[in-house]
Amino acid sequence: MAAPVLCQMRRRCPVVAYLSVVRREYASSPPSPPSLFSRFLFQLNQHFHDVEHLINWSSWLRNRVVRRKNVFYGYTQKRFGVNVAAAYYILGLGGGFRFAGHSDWFRPDSRGKFSYDFLNTPNSTIEEIDLSRTLINHAGLENIVSQNELRSLSLQGCPEVDDWFLARLHVFGESLQWLDLSHCPHITVGGLAALQHLRKLRRLDVSSLPRLQNPGLVRILLEEMLPHCEVIGADYEQGLILTDNVEEAEPVRHK
Amino acid sequence: PFYVITFCEGAFRANKLFRRLSVCVSVNADLESQFKAFREKAAAAMPGSDWSPIQVTKGLPPERADIVIVGGGVMGWSVAYWLKKKEKVRDGVRVLVVEKDPTYSQASSVLSCGGIRQQFSLKENILLSLASADFLKNINDHLGVVNEDPVDLQFNHSGYLFLASPDVAPIMEENYTIQRDLGAKVILLSPTQLKDRFPWINTDGIALASYGLENEGWFDPWTLLNAFRCKAMSMGVYQCFGEVTGFRCSSQKAETTDGDFVNIKRIKYVDVRMPNSLEYQPVECAVVVNAAGASSGKIADMLGIGHGPKQTMAGIPLPVEPRKRFVYVVHCPDGPGLECPFLIDYSGFYLRREGLGGNYITGMSPEETEEPDVSNLDVDHDFFHDKVWPLLCHRLPPFECLKVSGAWAGYYDYNTFDQNAIVGTHPLVNNMFFVTGFSGHGLQQSPAVGRAVVELILDGGFQTIDLSAFDFKRILYHEPILERNIV
Repeated sequence: MAAPVLCQMRRRCPVVAYLSVVRREYASSPPSPPSLFSRFLFQLNQHFHDVEHLINWSSWLRNRVVRRKNVFYGYTQKRFGVNVAAAYYILGLGGGFRFAGHSDWFRPDSRGKFSYDFLNTPNSTIEEIDLSRTLINHAGLENIVSQNELRSLSLQGCPEVDDWFLARLHVFGESLQWLDLSHCPHITVGGLAALQHLRKLRRLDVSSLPRLQNPGLVRILLEEMLPHCEVIGADYEQGLILTDNVEEAEPVRHK
Repeated sequence: PFYVITFCEGAFRANKLFRRLSVCVSVNADLESQFKAFREKAAAAMPGSDWSPIQVTKGLPPERADIVIVGGGVMGWSVAYWLKKKEKVRDGVRVLVVEKDPTYSQASSVLSCGGIRQQFSLKENILLSLASADFLKNINDHLGVVNEDPVDLQFNHSGYLFLASPDVAPIMEENYTIQRDLGAKVILLSPTQLKDRFPWINTDGIALASYGLENEGWFDPWTLLNAFRCKAMSMGVYQCFGEVTGFRCSSQKAETTDGDFVNIKRIKYVDVRMPNSLEYQPVECAVVVNAAGASSGKIADMLGIGHGPKQTMAGIPLPVEPRKRFVYVVHCPDGPGLECPFLIDYSGFYLRREGLGGNYITGMSPEETEEPDVSNLDVDHDFFHDKVWPLLCHRLPPFECLKVSGAWAGYYDYNTFDQNAIVGTHPLVNNMFFVTGFSGHGLQQSPAVGRAVVELILDGGFQTIDLSAFDFKRILYHEPILERNIV
């Protein structure tokens, strides 16, 4: 390819003074310094159109996997019914579920293969879903919204679950009792505020949410918002700044 | 030849300096510093240094640009981003965004409360908000820049809660059917259901409430503006800090069907004046986008829109003027927690939670006759005491004991005609596109409106959302399209 014009490719975002309106203070951990290779690649990205295109393609390809997993199973819904489609979607993602009235769980094995027995019961709705460490996102929730008797949902460690996903969970407001959101890296307080629609929620797990700055305060607010719900995973002291006075008082109390 | 001139000048200066030096050779302590100064001047005179005898003003816009966007708020940058996104050829359009205030101290975008809702009565408004919510959902796919941090809007998904008295309740029900038909997730609540969900609301005088479940809430407007800006500049949009002081147009006479003659103008040059200076640069352009917000009326005035005889097309000005609105930050220890939505009462006041520490943002639109003075952004605290607090206490009893911890004021680009957007061209100015008049809901519609305007400019017509109802023609025909849910 012909060498592009160097000077015109330089794009910089200038630093602009921030306006001090009412805003939350949040402490972000300092990012790790980029490696030599990524710095070199970034310099090439600034100078050459070809490298810029390749980098855009690579991020598009990375998102392609998530998009493919969360596609809408419209044909399956039309042909086999919404319950079978939801079951097929969950098994395709690598999660497990249990039908209402049955006690055995349907799960794929370690190689991703699963049995198609769920086709035999097209009328039974799903009661418990385990989607831990799967690639579900807010678009994929479209396949599960039909399950209005869902009682338990586990989203432990899902990298694509974010606040917009939580905002869509209002459809389970009349049935969901058990929700596990631990270790999800993209959830913040704004999404947890959307859980107020889940009036039947009895157990909520919010442990290890890295983007919560004050887990203790959030636990208090969640308990106020959902009075019948037990919130686990956050201690009241988490997020509090302990001063020296408290540490000095400790030995006195123990005596 | 340029370098030859500087070299000669430098050599001449060096010569002069050397002669001066040989005279004061007796002062030894000064000699070293003078030699140093001489060496620095010689280095500056050589080619490759950044000194030039011809002083070039920093920050001048380019002399020629295809599309000039007047106004660097969220709407202007949204249009700039979409122009670069939808151009068919790389660097196909040269886009320049002109903003008069680099600190954004009076810009409506950053002083806004940042709410987004789908609870409107006009189909176009609902579709615009839905499309904007979809854009914000995947904002990193759209506005992510290589090597920069991902965009974090701090979106609070708490929804909007509108309260209606018995006489407004039928309108709310009709709006609810329209909103549900178009895909907005809204529910209606009776007073008992409202009391059950939000026990801290006094349901006296409320007949119906409408609550948004999804895609509604509030976010940080500065982050959105910066995200649009960074992405647009990374795609090659030019930014200039300066004020538009005039236009140079060419005009042609055209005959209407009634036999009258009108002057159709075409903007050829935009005069951009540099900050704190009299120097200006005429930018030759093909299309001008008026996204100046509260100052859009002034920009349209510069073109002579509104200066013709009354009862003619040229005599009707752009009905957008700045209106000042106050926002008060209050701290209430007994107030609602995370479940507090963006509450809007039928009496006009609004309230939303800010942060996790018991702080809330509240305000109210004043009556038409009591509009505050717009020459500055000073806050009137008596307005809160006399007008807002009584209504707040009546509707929300926990707010009887509160403390006002801060306040600010911002401008609405208020459309005095019907309080809805004006999107499109003026019949008498061929190449100016209006994107203004949002009267308080510009921020929430900015991604979708930017895309619609770019479709109008580049494709010649609306492709995704049809905004022909917001055309300027309705002002000429005196046909207002009123929104029945104004805040």
